[in-house]
Amino acid sequence: MTLDTLPLGTAARITAIDWTAIADSEGHRLRALGVDIGATIEPLHRGMLFGRDPLAVRVGRMTVALRRKVALAIECESAS
Amino acid sequence: MTGAVPLIALVGNPNAGKSALFNALTGARQKIGNYPGVTVERKSGRAALPDGRPVELLDLPGAYSLTPYSLDEAVTRDVVLGRFEGQRRPDALVVVVDAGNLDNHLRFTLELLAQDLPAVVALNMVDLAKRDGLTLDPAVLAAELGVPVVETVAVRKRGLDALSEALATVLHRPRAASAPAKDAKTIARVAVISETQTRQWTRKLDAIFLHPVGGLLVLLGLLFVMFQAVYAWSEAPIGWIEGGFAIATEAINSALPEGLLRSFLTDGVIAGVGSVVVFLPQILILFLFILMLEATGYMTRAAYLMDRMMAGVGLSGHSFIPLLSSFACAIPGIMATRSIMDQKERLATILIAPLMTCSARLPVYTLIIGAFIPAQSVGPGIGLQGLVLFLLYIGGIVGAILAAAVIQRFVTKSRGGSFLLEMPRYQMPHFKDIAIGLWQRAWIFLRRAGTIIFVVSIVLWALLTFPKAPEGQSQVEYSIAGRITSVIEPVVAPIGFNHDMALAIIPAMAAREMAVSALGTTYAIEAEDDDATAVALGPKLAADWSIAMALAFLVWFIFAPQCISTIAVARRETNGWKWPMVMVGYLFALAYVAAGITYWTASAFGL
Repeated sequence: MTLDTLPLGTAARITAIDWTAIADSEGHRLRALGVDIGATIEPLHRGMLFGRDPLAVRVGRMTVALRRKVALAIECESAS
Repeated sequence: MTGAVPLIALVGNPNAGKSALFNALTGARQKIGNYPGVTVERKSGRAALPDGRPVELLDLPGAYSLTPYSLDEAVTRDVVLGRFEGQRRPDALVVVVDAGNLDNHLRFTLELLAQDLPAVVALNMVDLAKRDGLTLDPAVLAAELGVPVVETVAVRKRGLDALSEALATVLHRPRAASAPAKDAKTIARVAVISETQTRQWTRKLDAIFLHPVGGLLVLLGLLFVMFQAVYAWSEAPIGWIEGGFAIATEAINSALPEGLLRSFLTDGVIAGVGSVVVFLPQILILFLFILMLEATGYMTRAAYLMDRMMAGVGLSGHSFIPLLSSFACAIPGIMATRSIMDQKERLATILIAPLMTCSARLPVYTLIIGAFIPAQSVGPGIGLQGLVLFLLYIGGIVGAILAAAVIQRFVTKSRGGSFLLEMPRYQMPHFKDIAIGLWQRAWIFLRRAGTIIFVVSIVLWALLTFPKAPEGQSQVEYSIAGRITSVIEPVVAPIGFNHDMALAIIPAMAAREMAVSALGTTYAIEAEDDDATAVALGPKLAADWSIAMALAFLVWFIFAPQCISTIAVARRETNGWKWPMVMVGYLFALAYVAAGITYWTASAFGL
């Protein structure tokens, strides 16, 4: 499933990222923040009532805010 | 090295606590300037090694890697690689990492250690990492990295001596560039002694602050408190400053005979500079809030909450931070847009930044509100004056929203920016860092008052004083300034501006708060004319202007692009005159129309 559909509070491992769906600069920043294949990721919060955008996710010991458009490009599987 | 003081650069990820470490090492001995040719802020300061040798410390902009994606990051890379024209290469690096974020920050560390510079790693914020349940072994980390690793808690000044000692030993000992044997994740894993559940406090607070409804209410509440405080807390200190200037005027009046010199000092210098300096308390209160929001880590949460709404007009949460800074001053605000990755979004943010009510507008707002809006309560804890001020801020924000939507749709034709942001853990702000930040802002403001505003005040005084009006004619009307104003007056007369108002908006081009000085000087000279003692500016205005005129004047200041420094910064940041001209054009048009509508509407209601 994609990061977008992962329920809040569920840790998952990133299995694939569709880099073509993400702008170059964004992809670079994502990797710098530790969002890469093999990393463990956990959605913590979803913003605003409408559109469920943006997302706050835990990566390593960091909290990262990203948009749904990016979350849709991140494929992951539940770690349990 | 040829006897020059060794240069040591602090470098690390954003949120690694680099600036706090820099403050702790250098104290108040800091120099703030710009890197040659770019507007990136350059902070440097002096410190001493344990053996007494002086060193120069350089606080490089936070970066995620040596592959730059923003102007800040490019400066960091070029300085580290020794490629920056006009900035010598550092002799050693202090790589600052957040102990609680080791696996992420080590990536950049490894990249930096691959350079051939002597280096020390400062494992910063170890206390917070421990509280978070993460204990690290610096010795293991040092062995893996091949450089000294020192545990520091910058805000409590812990580990600073050990850091200086480590620097003294590595400095001038050439270090070969070494390719890391392992990747960041592996090294981080072996350095961990124990690890438990992460960031309890931050997670609990985020549950409140990032709540889709609750978080937004907290944010609105915070902003409202902030703007009320700007009024409520500043009353007493403003009184002291006014008292001080009144005593000075008195002293000059009794010491000097009536004449040009006395008029120059009291009407020119004190009335001009004094009426601006009086607003220092309000500006400092506003900056206090902004610095606190940044230091606690809340600012990025605010950006998160605002992202969705900003996306509606083609911007993102990234724009929120520069725009909020613009409430203090558009110049740092426009400079802060450099962290926005999307270039179209960055341009749009620059163009609307002047619509945020900067602190230089506060003097104008406070004066007019104080003179025309009664100080009555409209609810528990809510004063009518504070409410009007709040509405003026909202007016600017609404204007900015509309402008952004139009700009992103028709001018930059953006497809909606991007939003990707690290949210650091919450921290107690440290008194000293806030104090240093406030001191720097106060100094910049006072320097402005001492230079630009001082000079413009004197020029204005001269324009108002000469030539001397013959007996029976108004000095203000007869003076050079009065004659210049007569040319502009017909243009602004339809929107309700009288002669004094037209006169005030000219020097406001140099700095917005000059409008107040101009009114101050005009009325001081007029009062002398009438042979009356100078009265406080507020009541004088209230007697001369109608409420409709005052409201139109306020609305004009929401939109008018009055500050030359802002236009200059916009030119530098956009590399040309095209966008600053677009900015000035649309803002003047907006100001004229909005002030006009306000005046006609208010007049229709008989105000």
